[in-house]
Amino acid sequence: MSCAIEAHDVRYRYPNGVVGLDGVDLSVAHGERIAVLGPNGAGKTTLMLHLNGLLSGSGTLFVAGVRVGEGDARQLRARVGLVFQDPDDQLFMPSVREDVAFGPLNLGLSRAEACERVAEALAAVRMQHVADRAPHQLSLGQRRRVAIATVLAMDPRLLVLDEPSASLDPRSRRELLQTLARLEQTMLVVTHDLLFAAELCERAVILSGGRIVADGRCADILRDEDLLAAHDLELPYGRLEVAAAA
Amino acid sequence: MSVHSLHGTGIAGDLASPVHRLDPRAKILGLAAVTVVAVSTPLRAWPAFVACFAVLAAVAVVGRVGPRVLWSRARVVLPLVLFVGVFVPFVRGGAQVSVGPVSVSEAGLATLAAVSLKASIGTLSAVLLGATTGFPDVLHGLERLRAPRLLVLIAGFMYRYLFVIVDETRRMRTALAARAYRPRHVLEAAALGRVVISMFLRTYDRGERVYVAMLARGYGGTMPRLDALALRRADLVFLAGLLTMLGAVRVAAEVMA
Repeated sequence: MSCAIEAHDVRYRYPNGVVGLDGVDLSVAHGERIAVLGPNGAGKTTLMLHLNGLLSGSGTLFVAGVRVGEGDARQLRARVGLVFQDPDDQLFMPSVREDVAFGPLNLGLSRAEACERVAEALAAVRMQHVADRAPHQLSLGQRRRVAIATVLAMDPRLLVLDEPSASLDPRSRRELLQTLARLEQTMLVVTHDLLFAAELCERAVILSGGRIVADGRCADILRDEDLLAAHDLELPYGRLEVAAAA
Repeated sequence: MSVHSLHGTGIAGDLASPVHRLDPRAKILGLAAVTVVAVSTPLRAWPAFVACFAVLAAVAVVGRVGPRVLWSRARVVLPLVLFVGVFVPFVRGGAQVSVGPVSVSEAGLATLAAVSLKASIGTLSAVLLGATTGFPDVLHGLERLRAPRLLVLIAGFMYRYLFVIVDETRRMRTALAARAYRPRHVLEAAALGRVVISMFLRTYDRGERVYVAMLARGYGGTMPRLDALALRRADLVFLAGLLTMLGAVRVAAEVMA
């Protein structure tokens, strides 16, 4: 088990004929934080669903030492935590505590162990005080942090986040960034918030048209204006120097 | 319906009261028993109704659920039920009595009285259950009482996503109003139909996304439960006392009538 993710020529076509992935090659080492950048419709979410065995195409894909599509899907899902873009999709139980416990209980942990995991996971995102509230009583930023806790509670080796900073106000965004920066898991962040990627990740890849078209240090990629423009990405005006310094 | 009024449907009264702390199963069975007794009682055995009201009043007093809460919640359901009963005295045949200028059927009046009593007792039981037990706990109780799992699951999701859907509807209504939508005649109301369609598609999509999110966290067909329910002595005493009392009154009232 040398890599957290080892993908070779992964292809996927949706039932309606749309090509989701068109030969993705990617290897991610343990402990790495990698940003997956790309325009809308580039296949970012499709890639993310592959990592958890929720979609499976052709090619070979190893995630956290498990070959995707073979063996026990539940074991794979214990190792890979997906955090979806809309926390309302992720938080479906009546209370935060029950929601965070959902994963651990599915893994077959006892109630006492699950309670322990809930406490740890909520502490990791600093959300202990909302444990007994209902998800609809929380702000979007809080819900997103709780959504991260729901997968942390499963003690995954790899954390995959879909657009974690989307529609957050600056303060919630900053808090989320700090929360994520403290975590030790291997992290794959799907985003088109380039500055968020620059602050969190050392490495970045650009996914465009279902393939990886660039792979390198995050700062280098963000400095390459032509490359970004070719794939419908751009840094917010006036922030190039900040990214360059990152 | 605003989100605010939805929040009002939660627990009311004194959260630490003995009634609030009862096991949800005891409350579901107990209050269901009150309803069953009321529904199965003919008007001539009226003391049974008195006993039902007494039990409900006792539950409300111990749980400190005030009459205002009871009224404001019962108001939602009760008029609909009573609306049907109101017509019975006018359409029933048989002996007539005159009430002012109109004459109504005597048997019909009796039916109206019985329906009103039964409906009020049933509604108050449900309102009291809702006021003393959180919705998730009611679902948990139902699940443990072997209610069909799928129905409990659906009710749970409905509760969770009602708030999300209400929010979405409100945003769409605002969007319509922002573009000066003000229907003046029926044909212009067609836009509302499209809102309904788009709500349906959105909820359908969300359903799929939620299911994927559940699978991603190892969902295997059964909902895991974090808290175990345990029947304590207080629950058994409450249930046994209630059932014995109601049963006795019901039988005695029948015999004496």
